[in-house]
Amino acid sequence: MAYPTKYRYTREHEWIDADGKTASVGITDHAQDSLGDIVFVELPKVGDKVEKGKVFGSVESVKAVSDLYAPASGTVTAVNEELTTAPEKINADAHAAWIMKIELSDPGDLEGLLTADAYEAYAKEETGH
Amino acid sequence: MPETLRKTALNPIHRLLGAKMVDFGGWDMPVEYSGLIAEHMAVRTGVGLFDVSHMGDIQFRGPGSLDAVQHISMNDASRLQAGQAQYSAMLYPQGTFVDDVIVHKFSDHDYLFVINAGTREKDYNWVRQNARQFDCHVSDYSDYYTQLAIQGPRAQATLQKLTSVDLSAIRFYWFAWGAVCGLPNTLIARTGYSGEDGFEIYIPSDAATSERVWNEVLEAGREFDIKPCGLGARNTLRLEAALSLYGHEISDTINVFEAGLDRFCRLEKGTFIGAESLKRVQAAGGPEKKLVGLEVVERGIARDGYRVLDEQGQAMGYVASGSPAPFLKKNIALAFVPVAYAEPGKEVAVEIRNCPVKARVVPLPFYRKPKRT
Repeated sequence: MAYPTKYRYTREHEWIDADGKTASVGITDHAQDSLGDIVFVELPKVGDKVEKGKVFGSVESVKAVSDLYAPASGTVTAVNEELTTAPEKINADAHAAWIMKIELSDPGDLEGLLTADAYEAYAKEETGH
Repeated sequence: MPETLRKTALNPIHRLLGAKMVDFGGWDMPVEYSGLIAEHMAVRTGVGLFDVSHMGDIQFRGPGSLDAVQHISMNDASRLQAGQAQYSAMLYPQGTFVDDVIVHKFSDHDYLFVINAGTREKDYNWVRQNARQFDCHVSDYSDYYTQLAIQGPRAQATLQKLTSVDLSAIRFYWFAWGAVCGLPNTLIARTGYSGEDGFEIYIPSDAATSERVWNEVLEAGREFDIKPCGLGARNTLRLEAALSLYGHEISDTINVFEAGLDRFCRLEKGTFIGAESLKRVQAAGGPEKKLVGLEVVERGIARDGYRVLDEQGQAMGYVASGSPAPFLKKNIALAFVPVAYAEPGKEVAVEIRNCPVKARVVPLPFYRKPKRT
């Protein structure tokens, strides 16, 4: 699956799609593929403060738990409640299945995150193929 | 990183099929192909095919074989008829587990142990050391066989296309010999590790034969939507059926009573390794902790190693194996708890990521296969 060039990516396999001060956050296709069938998503709460590089929730597949790390600091303005009952939406289309929306504290947080090309190369290297 | 992972003869096929591979006890094995849940469901509702060639095979031959088997394993092999198998285990003198095994009786002088992959060397050394005093010869045939497990309600219909042996005549935990895919004298056992009906076949381990039979089974099962299945589904299937896994429900620090496997342990059969310690445990009133089934009542998934808490939030036990159960669609766990809690209906909590989450003790197994019609 193609990595949208508009998004920025973390080395912990989240994507962030910023539009001015607001941004959507999800996990990458590579992450969903490594996890396998996702059965559980622990969402943050609206109003929570998230901090760049810190855990804001988790996703679980049948066989593993994976923490979610905030790609940028901010305040949670929305969470994707649909994932509570249909977590498999992440497997179906990871780059569309946003997990939370945040109001960015500092849009400069996105500097230093990976571009689509850089992330794809990083993900390939990590799996060794 | 281990220097070299061991590979089964079917390793290239798994890679060709796009399986995700993992290091499982030093073996490079497929964890899933099309997806764990789909594979799990195939076995519950149709048929699945597993490469379980990493399992070990130890054969006892000679007039002292039965005595050796009786000394080394806890079930009573003297009750077996030729062509019958039984679940059993090898124990340390303290009544804890070397490994669990399936004992197959080929004849009065010929028995086969099928053992776990991760414990192969340890098991073989244990058997050699403890069989020395008996008039029998012990051989490790682990590398000579490719072992395939064909599991699910359509396993018989699938395998029947490839053999002239009447599979319907083989009862659960019995086996027969016959031609499979043109290979003469193939061991066909109605055994498995899925909690479902199914067969395990043992064929020569050369790559060409292994690949040919693998492909023929997939072709035979095509009309039933057969799926190649990995170790991921193997684990969730066995967990739903509450079958033990070495290193989790059984180990060298867990005894037979704690593991709840005393129904496979025949203390009355005579002396065997581990029996004296177990009799002492029994005389002292039984074990202090026991394996139970837990169903997580609130939202959350119990995982291996998580702590089990009492009403006051104090840790009193731990999860041996925990996972979402794909067929039951519940979050289940096998856990060790003090005997006071080892009763269906008891309310406990599992500490999931620092939060106590309510769970209930439930009867085992979580899943029982429907009766064959």
